[in-house]
Amino acid sequence: MKPKVAIFSLTSCEGCSLAILELEDRLLDILGAVEIVNFREGMTPRSWDIDLGFVDGAVSTPEDEKELLTIREHCKVLVAIGACACLGGINTLKNPQGKDSYAPYVYGDQAKWFPTTDAKPISAVVDVDYQLPGCPMVKEEFLRFVQCILAGRTFRLPETAVCVECKKNGNLCLYEKGVVCLGPITRAGCEAICPTYGSKCEACRGIVSEDALKAANINLQEQYDVSLEDVLADLRLFGAHQDTTLP
Amino acid sequence: MKNVTIDVKHITRVEGHGNISVNVENGEITKLQLAIVESPRYFESFLRGRDYREAPHITCRICGICSVGHTTSSVKAIEAACGIEVTEQTVSLRKLIFYGEQLQSHVLHLYFLAVPDYLGVGSVIPLASTHPDVVKRALRMKRLANDVCAVVGGRHIHPIAVHVGGFTHIPKEEELLDLKRRLEAARADLAETASLYAQLKLPGLHRDTEYVSLKVTDNGEYAFYDGDIVSTLDPKPTKVKDYRKRVIESVVEHSAAKHCVSPNAPTYAVGALARFNNNHEQLHPAARGVAKELGLTAPCDNPFHNNTAQLVECVHCVEASIELIDTLLTRGLTVEAIVPPTRFGTGAGASEVPRGVLFHEYSLDEAGKIENANLVIPTGQNLANIEADLRAMVPPLLDSDMSTQEMTLQLEMLVRAYDPCISCATHFLDVEWVS
Ligand code: SF4
Ligand code: SF4
Ligand code: SF4
Repeated sequence: MKPKVAIFSLTSCEGCSLAILELEDRLLDILGAVEIVNFREGMTPRSWDIDLGFVDGAVSTPEDEKELLTIREHCKVLVAIGACACLGGINTLKNPQGKDSYAPYVYGDQAKWFPTTDAKPISAVVDVDYQLPGCPMVKEEFLRFVQCILAGRTFRLPETAVCVECKKNGNLCLYEKGVVCLGPITRAGCEAICPTYGSKCEACRGIVSEDALKAANINLQEQYDVSLEDVLADLRLFGAHQDTTLP
Repeated sequence: MKNVTIDVKHITRVEGHGNISVNVENGEITKLQLAIVESPRYFESFLRGRDYREAPHITCRICGICSVGHTTSSVKAIEAACGIEVTEQTVSLRKLIFYGEQLQSHVLHLYFLAVPDYLGVGSVIPLASTHPDVVKRALRMKRLANDVCAVVGGRHIHPIAVHVGGFTHIPKEEELLDLKRRLEAARADLAETASLYAQLKLPGLHRDTEYVSLKVTDNGEYAFYDGDIVSTLDPKPTKVKDYRKRVIESVVEHSAAKHCVSPNAPTYAVGALARFNNNHEQLHPAARGVAKELGLTAPCDNPFHNNTAQLVECVHCVEASIELIDTLLTRGLTVEAIVPPTRFGTGAGASEVPRGVLFHEYSLDEAGKIENANLVIPTGQNLANIEADLRAMVPPLLDSDMSTQEMTLQLEMLVRAYDPCISCATHFLDVEWVS
C-alpha cells in the first residue's frame, strides 16, 4: 500500500507547499510512490486517513489552533515544514508589538472582526515528529526526508553550522566585507545559499545549538565589533531567537 | 420559483482559504458572499521599525507564488523613498526574474489549477496517468521558469540576490546562454499549450466593469516592471505615487482581505485580462498571434478569458526574456556596487505581478527605519469584482436546468479564472450556497 500523504497550510505564504510543486521533474516519481489524499492548493478530493502529514505555516488564530488539533488527530506522522511551522517564522515579527497595536494598525476599528493570537510554531500546540526548517524549506531536504521515510531509514537534520557549507562553496566570508552574517549559529542544510548569492544568513533554519549561540555572543562582539542589537534584529526575523538577550 | 443553497467551504485550487456562500429564495438572491477566511497576516505591522533594506525580504514572504512580484514592488517603493536610481543592468536583471515568475505562476495556474476543470477532473494528479504528455509539458515549462528565477535571484521562492539598490550576485554567461536555448525550445511547448487551450470550451459572462493596469507610456514596452496607472474607463495616466486617487481601500467584515473601489466604477478588475485590454498593442507579435488564434480581442469583458490572456502573456514573457538575455550578453555582465540612499522619506512603487497591479508604499524615519507601510494586493482589488460577477452569473444559472452541483462548479470556475491569491490578499476564499 502506498503511504497516504496530506499537505496543509496554516498562517503562511504557502511557499513551502509550493516548494513541493517546484520539485518538478522529481514530482512524478514522488506521485508514483505515495498517494496524495489532501492538498487544497492542488486538488478537490479529500480523505482524512493520513499516514504522513506535512504542515506549513504558524499558528496565529484560534482557527489555526483548532485545525492543527484536527490535523494531528488524523496524521500518523506529522512533519512541520518551513520556518513558519518550525519556529513561528516571519509571522512572529508582530508578537513584541502586542495585539492591541498590530491589529488596529492593519484593520483600524474593524480589527475585532478578525480574531488573532501571537504567532507560534506548531510544536507549541501539538507533538511534532519531524521538522524540515527553512524559509522556504529546502526542497532537496524534503526529497531526502521522503526517501528516508519510504525506505524506513531514520532521518536527521545536519548538526553543523551554515559556515561549514559556506566555506565548502569557497565563498569569501561576509564579515570580511563588514556584513553581519548568522551563518556561525545557524543549522546547515541549505548549502549556505544566501551567502553564496552574496547575502547574509538570517537564521531561517533556526539555531544549530545553544552552545553556538553562546559562542557567537562572545566572538561576534569581540572579533568583529558587531552590535548586539543588529544580531538580535536578524535573529528575530524568522523567529529563531525571540528573547531580547543572548545566553 | 427556485430555492438554492450553495455552500462551498475552502474553494480548492486557489491560493489560500476562501468560501462562496449563495442564498436564493423564490428565485431572488438574498445573500452572495465571497468570504475570505484566511488568517489575517498583519504584514504592514511586521515592517514597523525594521531597516529599509529588509522590506523586500519581509514582504516577499506574503506569498510563495508572487514572491518576486512583492520583492519588485518593494524595492521600487523603497528606492523611491531613498532617492535611489538603479543601473540599467539591475533593471534588466529585475525584468528577467520578473518574467520568470510571471511564466511560473501562469503555467501553474493554467495547467494545475484551471485545466482540470475543463477536462472534468478534480486535480492535476489523475492527469499524470491519463494525460502524461500534458503533465510533463507543464512541469518542463514550470521548471524552466523556476530556473530563470534561480539563475538571477538564487531561488524562485523568496529570491536572495535582489536588493534595494542592486544585485548581490550576477549570473554567469553560460547560465544565461543555457536559459536562452531552453526558452527557445519552450516555443514548441507554448504552441502545444495553445492548441490544447483552443479545444477547451470557456463559459461566457459579460458584465460592464473597469479594467485597471499599469501602462508604459514612453518606451512602448508591455507593462510588467513599470508604468503609470490607466484603465478602460479612464485612460489618462496617473503616476504610481498618486495611486490613492485610483484605488480606495476598505475593510469588509466577511473578508480578511481588504476590498478596493475605484472612483470610476463600483468594482474593477486587475490581472492578465486588464493588462491585455489596456496594453495589447504593446505585446510581442508572437503573443498577439496567439491571442488572435484563441479569439481574444480587446476590449474583452468575459472574465473566463483571463486564462487566455495569461497564456498570451506566457508567450510574451518567453520572447521578452530571450531579448533581454541577448541585451545582457551583448553589453556584458559586470559586478556592480549596491547604490546607496541619498535621503530617507516616503515612496510608492508598483509592478504588474501575475494577478494584477501591486502597490507598495513606505515611509522611513531619518535613520532609515520603516515607520509606515501600505500594501495594495491584486486579489484585494479583484474581490468586489468577483462578487459582482458571481451575482451576475447566478440568475442565468437558475434559469438553466443545471443541478446545484453543476452550478457550484461554474461559480468555482469563475473564482478560479481570476487566479485569486488569497494568501496574498490577506495580507482569501469558501463557496457557501444557503437557501
Ligand atoms: S517558511 Fe517561509 S516559505 Fe515557508 S510558508 Fe513560511 S514564509 Fe512561506
Ligand atoms: S559568510 Fe556567513 S556563513 Fe559564510 S563563512 Fe562567513 S559567517 Fe559563515
Ligand atoms: S543561509 Fe541562512 S537564511 Fe539563507 S537559507 Fe540558509 S539558513 Fe536560511
